[in-house]
Parts: sequence; structure tokens; C-alpha cells
Amino acid sequence: MENLIALLVAAPLLGAAVLLCGGRRLDRYGHLLGTVLAAASFVIGAVLFFDMLGRGAEERALYQTLFAWVPVEGFQANIAFQLDQLSMTFVLLISGVGTLIHVYSIGYMEHDERRRRFFGYLNLFLAAMLLLVLADNYLLLYFGWEGVGLASYLLIGFWQHKPSAATAAKKAFLVNRVGDIGLSIAIMLMFTTFGTFTFGPVFQELDGAGEGTLNAIALMLLLAACGKSAQVPLQSWLGDAMEGPTPVSALIHAATMVTAGVYLITRSGAIFNAAPDAQLVVVVVGAVTLLFGAIVGCAKDDIKKALAGSTMSQIGYMVLAAGLGPIGYVFAIMHLVTHGFFKAGLFLGAGSVMHAMNDEVDMRKYGGLRKYMPVTFVTFGLGYLAIIGFPGLSGFWSKDKIIEAAFAKGGAEGWILGAVTLLGAGITAYYMTRVMLMTFFGEKRWQPAPAADAATDVEPSADHHPGELPHPHESPKSMTVPMIVLAFGSVFAGALFSFNSSFVHWLEPVTRFEHGHPPVGAAVITTATVVVLLIGAGIAYAQYGRKPVPVTAPRGSLLTRAARRDLLQDDFNHVVLVRGGEHLTRSLVYLDHSLVDGVVNGTAASVGGLSGRLRKLQNGFARSYALSMFGGTAVLIAATLLMRGV
Amino acid sequence: MSAATDSLSLAASDTVALAASTTSTGEAVQFWILGTIAVVGALCTILMRKAVHSALCLAGTMVILAIFYLANGAYFLGIVQIVVYTGAIMMLFLFVVMLVGVTAADSLKESIKGQRWLAALCALGFGALLIAGISRASLGASNGLGTANAGGNVEGLAALIFTKYVFAFEITGALLITAAVGAMVLTHRERTEKAATQRELAERRVREGRHLPPLPAPGVYARHNAVDVAGLLPDGTPSELTVSQTLRARGQVRDVSIEALNDLAALEQRSEDRLGRRPAPAGTARRGRAHEEEKDQ
Amino acid sequence: MNPVNYLYLAALLFTIGATGVLIRRNAIVVFMCVELMLNACNLAFVAFSRMHGNLDGQIIAFFTMVVAAAEVVVGLAIIVSLFRSRHSASVDDASLMKL
Repeated sequence: MENLIALLVAAPLLGAAVLLCGGRRLDRYGHLLGTVLAAASFVIGAVLFFDMLGRGAEERALYQTLFAWVPVEGFQANIAFQLDQLSMTFVLLISGVGTLIHVYSIGYMEHDERRRRFFGYLNLFLAAMLLLVLADNYLLLYFGWEGVGLASYLLIGFWQHKPSAATAAKKAFLVNRVGDIGLSIAIMLMFTTFGTFTFGPVFQELDGAGEGTLNAIALMLLLAACGKSAQVPLQSWLGDAMEGPTPVSALIHAATMVTAGVYLITRSGAIFNAAPDAQLVVVVVGAVTLLFGAIVGCAKDDIKKALAGSTMSQIGYMVLAAGLGPIGYVFAIMHLVTHGFFKAGLFLGAGSVMHAMNDEVDMRKYGGLRKYMPVTFVTFGLGYLAIIGFPGLSGFWSKDKIIEAAFAKGGAEGWILGAVTLLGAGITAYYMTRVMLMTFFGEKRWQPAPAADAATDVEPSADHHPGELPHPHESPKSMTVPMIVLAFGSVFAGALFSFNSSFVHWLEPVTRFEHGHPPVGAAVITTATVVVLLIGAGIAYAQYGRKPVPVTAPRGSLLTRAARRDLLQDDFNHVVLVRGGEHLTRSLVYLDHSLVDGVVNGTAASVGGLSGRLRKLQNGFARSYALSMFGGTAVLIAATLLMRGV
Repeated sequence: MSAATDSLSLAASDTVALAASTTSTGEAVQFWILGTIAVVGALCTILMRKAVHSALCLAGTMVILAIFYLANGAYFLGIVQIVVYTGAIMMLFLFVVMLVGVTAADSLKESIKGQRWLAALCALGFGALLIAGISRASLGASNGLGTANAGGNVEGLAALIFTKYVFAFEITGALLITAAVGAMVLTHRERTEKAATQRELAERRVREGRHLPPLPAPGVYARHNAVDVAGLLPDGTPSELTVSQTLRARGQVRDVSIEALNDLAALEQRSEDRLGRRPAPAGTARRGRAHEEEKDQ
Repeated sequence: MNPVNYLYLAALLFTIGATGVLIRRNAIVVFMCVELMLNACNLAFVAFSRMHGNLDGQIIAFFTMVVAAAEVVVGLAIIVSLFRSRHSASVDDASLMKL
């Protein structure tokens, strides 16, 4: 059975290779091939899943070693896979949601002449992400990690003819590099400390390492996770990544990429458990990002960017939960899976709306779409209910558990974290209700499609008629079916996972689980959560449901304006990093010119001057040389006499 | 020569036998007188402007050194010094000096800045150091060569050369042969073209149209009977062509033209006095003759 | 008189010869000065021979003479060929040993 593990990665990898190397003759069937191979990966995953269910809880992990990658004495890196319950969860999520997004893309990218290449990149994305979650050592994980970075770069910049897309891709790539440095340093530290970077041996030898080392490793891992999962302070790339095609956004936000950071922290749970200081930093990062993303999400008028802020916030929940230790890992992953369902559904719905509205992304120019796009409305609405944690839907189950776990942290920390997560839940309800109301309710605020010269700046579309009002219509089957499937997941996944604590029992052998004991009863917390989300939704309804929505955004408060600018994250980066870097570079250049060059040139000049003077001793006259010899002999005799005299 | 050596060795044997740690008064007198002359000769060697004078002074110093060798019981070396050094090597020097130009004097002006001062300084320091070293050396008592020269100096040397130093001796022989061959190689010049025959030389002279007849000999209309004095043309001016090319190249032609012209004038005066003729203006007569020559041409 | 005086004389002659090498420009005279230095050495060797009571010093002086003879032959040949090509026997004229 374990021989199938490699096929999980190999199927999409084969698809990527064939599609990217195959050339134009594959244009007609390329998208189908890519989808079939992604589905094949999912089917293999399902087979392995049921096989795994058939074994006892402690014997479920499978291992497969393909070959020795770097067979050096003392540095053994293998291409080896580990498929345990945690990896299995991710495999099913990645390949399942990934396949649905493939299907959706068939319709969404129908009119793009580079569709085959797009599917090649999608397959590459899946392969890299699967490699990441299946690796049995950090080095191979790093390989997949970088592969994800590459694939995200290619996909965000897929419409590279748009300068904004090219810039966004570059930004994502560069910000991710910062995180990758953390991962590589963590791996190096592990190797010098433990002499290996295979998961099992590393986690067994943790006791031998000092707490300082463990904290350093954990913080470096956290830096890596921040890069990939768009956590503060490396969050700035996520909003710009919306420049990519919408299926890419869905894939990045739901199934791949941003989940990698949570996976890394959960996988390295043993290290974080042994490094409480680093764990505290993880919690703080998660809490800050949670609020940060939520506030940004409230202010954005671009539907995709609002959803991006929401993703940032939800990932913040997961990181916070993962930072809580064994009481939180399971819920982090559970929220990750449910989030994968409803966020993918929301993004696909957003894509469907944009598809219908001449690729307009400004929600102020939507409105009243529920009658025109019933399927999209219903699936998007279910996703919306799920993400705000409406009782009974999946988001409710997972988010509520995280809030409980936050309170269960204990002490002042517990109260602060609990309050933050509760507040986050309220803000989530607010901005998601806002999105919902602005898009599907209210009167029509449709605007004519932009002129032809600006058309190059937006996604190519079949029925793009400049100057006309959009006439929204329901999307084709290939797009609606995945949305329906994901809506099912959004509704039932949470309940399924929570039934009889099945998800907890499933993951417990890998991540360990401790039951948290919140200072107040679970029922109180649940009630509080529901109240908070009702308040949030109510405020949003009062602002956007009762009153008409202006087409041009009002100036807004200071906070709103800051949030529209992503809470000044780019300005901060520009001032601190870019300006600082420029000044540093300039001063270094000055140092180089004045000090280093001065020393070098001064040495050269003084040597040259000295040689010029010494050169005069060499006048070509043999008598002069003879004189030097004679004088030298005299000095030698004097030295000899002196030495003998002494 | 061996007889001379023997007699010298006999003459000096008693002095040598006595000379254990000190020497006889006679030798002391000889040392101070001859040593002074040797130093003066050496100084003259380096101070004389003409190379030939230097060579002669050096030869004198070497002869004195030969006497010192004899006084020190080195009879064979003393004779060799005279025969080989003074007789052969210095003569070789003189040959070369003659070849290069016996009268050419060096300019005593120093061309390298500071060379002379520095050389003097170094020499003073060096000499002082040498003398200090010798004075401080513990040389021990002088043994004298009485026992070593007991069987005769030449025999003693021969015994050493052909036993202890036989390899050095052979190698020295090889060195001499190499030196001789080297000297030949250095001075030999390969002729790269055929030597011109007398006929070719004559034809070239005709072609160039100069000096068809042989060059005039010195002494034609000359007032001095020497090769370095140019012969006079009929009008009394000297012709450098009459002097050897080598002397011309060295600038050793003696110019006697004014003297000669005065002599000529005096001669004509005397002959006119004797013949009782009226003196004709010499300038017009000469000029008239020149005109005639021009007409002839 | 002490035979060491011969050594002083030899030192004096050697120094005079060395000075001559340094200050004279005529290659032949320079060569003569070298010969003077060699002779000074020979005198020292002979004096040493007398002091030590054996003939080894005289042997060395003898070899020095032979070598000096060889050296003179080669050196004068060089001077002659130099004079032939440069029409000068001045050592300063051959000052090509510089950049």
C-alpha cells in the first residue's frame, strides 16, 4: 500500500511535465489531462485513506523511501515519504479541493489562450504542495516549500502582461524568500544540533538540545510559516496576490500555500511544545494577524481583497490555535479543513460573480445579484454562513473550538486571547455580511464596462462588451458544480468532524491532544460567540442593508482609510525596509569608496611611490651595483664581528 | 730557473728558520720600505689617468708582492708571481691597453652622483673593519715554514698538489682550457660575406671617383718626419689623408700647419736672400697657380 | 716585527683595489684593480701559510693565480669584443641593466 504514496505526488507532477513540455498540440486536451491527473491524485489519496481507516490508530502511518537523495557520510537526505493522519488530512484537502478548482478552471479559463500552461502550473502547484505535506524530513519539505513558492509566483503572475500582476508575483516571491530563509536556517540549526532532519529522529532527540536552541529553531520555523501563511509581519504579499486568476486565489487561500505554514507549525509541534517562549510568539502573531486581516477585510471594496483579508484573519485563528500547543493543534487543522471548503467556495463564487459582471471586482458596483445568479448566491451564502460560524455549519464547529481553546490557555493570557478571538469572530461576521449585502442584495449599482484600452488590464472574458451594462447570468456547469460540492463541504464538514469528536480521535496519535478547560463553561462561550456574530452581522446590516450603498466609496474614518491601504503595511515596508535598505546601501557605497578604496588605492599609491624612489637605485651602472655589494659586505663583516664580540 | 730558486731558498732559509713568532730586523726594514712602495703603487694604479700608467704601477706592486712571497718562504710562488703575473698577465693587459688606445686618458670627472663619496666611505669602513678583525683575531704563535719547507718548497708544494689537491688541480686544468676556448669564442668574428678582392676594391674606387691614386704618404712636403704629422699640400695646408686612418680615428693627428707655413715662409725668405731676388708677393703667386690648376681642370 | 703586518698590508691593498673597482670607469683599469685584490688575497694566504707552518695556504694562492690567469684571458677577451662593438672601454657605457 505504501508504494502508492509516491504516486500522489507523481500524478500531478507528470501532468505538469507533460503540459509544460508538450507544446501547443496539447492545447485542446491539456486542461482535461491536468484535471484527470489531479483527480487521480485524489482517488489514490482516497484509496490510501480507506486503507488507513482499516488499521489501528497507532499503526496508521505509512513510510516509503524512494531513493537516497544526498548520500553523503553524516548527511543522509532521502526522497522519503511519510503518510500519517496529519499528512492524510492535507492530501485529501489539497487533492480534493484542488481537483474541484481544476474543474472550475475549465470553465473559468475557457477563453484564455494559455489555458494549457495554466493547468500545467496548477498541477505543479498541487505536486509541490503534496510533496511538502508528504515529506518525511525537513529537507524534502523545504524542496516542496520552494516548489510551492515557484508555482505561486508563476500563477500569481500568470497574466504577466499586466504590470500589476508581474509586480504582485515578484512581491509574493520576495516576501516568501524572507520566510524561506527562516526555514533554511531552522534546518541548518537542526542538522548541527541533532545531526539529522528527519521528523522522527529530530522529535525524539529534543531533550538533548538546550531550550535556547529549540527556541531559535522554533522561531525560525515561525518565520517560515509567517512567510507562507501571510502572517504579520510577512503578510503584505497576500492582498496583491489577488492579481492572479480567481481559481489561483482559491487554490492559494483554501488548499495550498497559506496552509503550509499551519502545517509546518503543527508538524513541528514537538519542537514548539519544548519551546514555550517561541510558542508565545506564535500565539501573539496569530492574534495580531487575526485582527489585522479582519480590519483590512472590513475596509476593502474589492471583493477578492476583502476575501483575502478574511483569509489572513482565518489563518491567524489557525496559527493562534497551533500556538496553544496540544490543546489547539487539532482545532487548527480542523479549522484549516473547514476553511478550505468554505473559502474555496467563497472564492469560486466571487470568481463566478466577476465572470458575470464583466470582471468587475468593486463590490460597490454589484448589488441585487441574487436573482440573476441563484446557484452562485446559494453556494456563496452557505459559505458565508459557514465562515461567520453560524451555528450548525462547519465554521461554527471549528471556530468555536478555537475560541474555547484560547480561553482554556488560562490566566490573563487566556482571557486576552479569548477576547481577541471573540472580537475577531464579530468582525468576521461584520465584513462577511458586508460582502454578502453589497454583492447580492440591495439595488443594482452596475456600471458600464470599462473602455477598450483598459480592457487589457482585466481578465479576458467571453462577453466583454465595452460601454454596455453587464447582463449577469449564471455560470456554466463546470463552474457551478464545484461550487455546489464545496457548499456541501461548508455545511456538513464541521458537524461530521465534531460528531463523536471523530476528528480529534483521528489526529490525536500525531499531534497529541489535551482537553482544555476554559474558565467558563463551553455553553457560555458558544452563546457569547453567537451573540457576538449576531452583533457584527447586525451592524453590517444597519450600515449596508438598511441604507443604500454609495457607488463611490465615502472618505471614511482614519481607521477605514488606513485599512483600505492594508493598514499601511506597504508604507511601513517602504519606509523601514526600502528606504532603510537604500540608506544602508548608500552608506556602504560611501564606505566602500572612501575607506576600502582609500586603503586599497592608498596602498597601491604608496607602493608605487616607494618603488619609484627605489627604482632610482637601479641606474644600470655596474659600478653602482658593485658599490652596493661592497657596502653589503662591509655590513656583513660588521655584523659578524659584533656577534663574535657579544 | 730552478737554480735561482734554490739559491733564493738557501738565502732565505736561515731567516725563515728563525721566524717563529717574530721576524728579523732585516725583514722588518724590507717590509716597511717595500710595503710603503707597494701601497703607493696600488694607489697610483687606481689614481693614474692613463691605463698604461696604471698597468705599470700594478706591475711594480706585483713585483714587490713577489719579494714578500719569497720572504715568507713561498719561493715557488714568488717566482711564479714574477714570471706569470708580472711577465705574462700584465703583458696581456698592456697588449689590450695598446689595442684600445695607449694615450686615451680617462676623464676623472665622476658621472654617477655620489659614487665617489660613497665608495670612499665604504672603503674606509671596510678597511677599518678588516683591520679591526685582523687585530682582534687570535692567530696564535707563528710556526714558521722550517719543517714544511725542509724537503724544498717546490717539492713540498708538488707533493700536496698531486696528492691532496689533485682533483682541484685537474679541475683547474679544465678551467684553463675552457678559458682559452672561451677567449677564442669571444673574440672570433665569423665573416658573413666574401672578402673583397683587390680588383673589386679598385673597381669600387674608380666607380666612386675619389682618390684614384694611392693615398699620399706622410712626409710629402712634410716638415716633421713622423707618421702622426699630416703631409702638406703644395699650398702649405696639411692634408689629413696622409695620416693613418687609425690615428685619425683616435684624434691623434698632430697639427703643425701654422708652424709649417712659418717655416716655409722663412725658407723662401732665406733662399731669396741668398739668390738676391726681389720677394714676389707669395699670395698672388699661389693664387695664380691655383687659377692655372682650375683652368687645367 | 710580527708577520701579522703582512695581513694588514694585504687588507690595505684589498681595500685599495676594491675602491679602484668602484671609482674607475675604464674596464681595463677596473680589471687591474680586481687583480690587485686577488694579489692581496694571495699575500694573506702566503702569510697564513707561514704562520701555520704548512703549505696549504701557498697551494690556495697557487690556485688563485691559475684561476686569475683564466679570468684575465676571458675578461680581456670580453673587453676586446666590447671595444670592437662599442668603440669604448668604459663600463658606464654598458649601462643597459635598467628598465
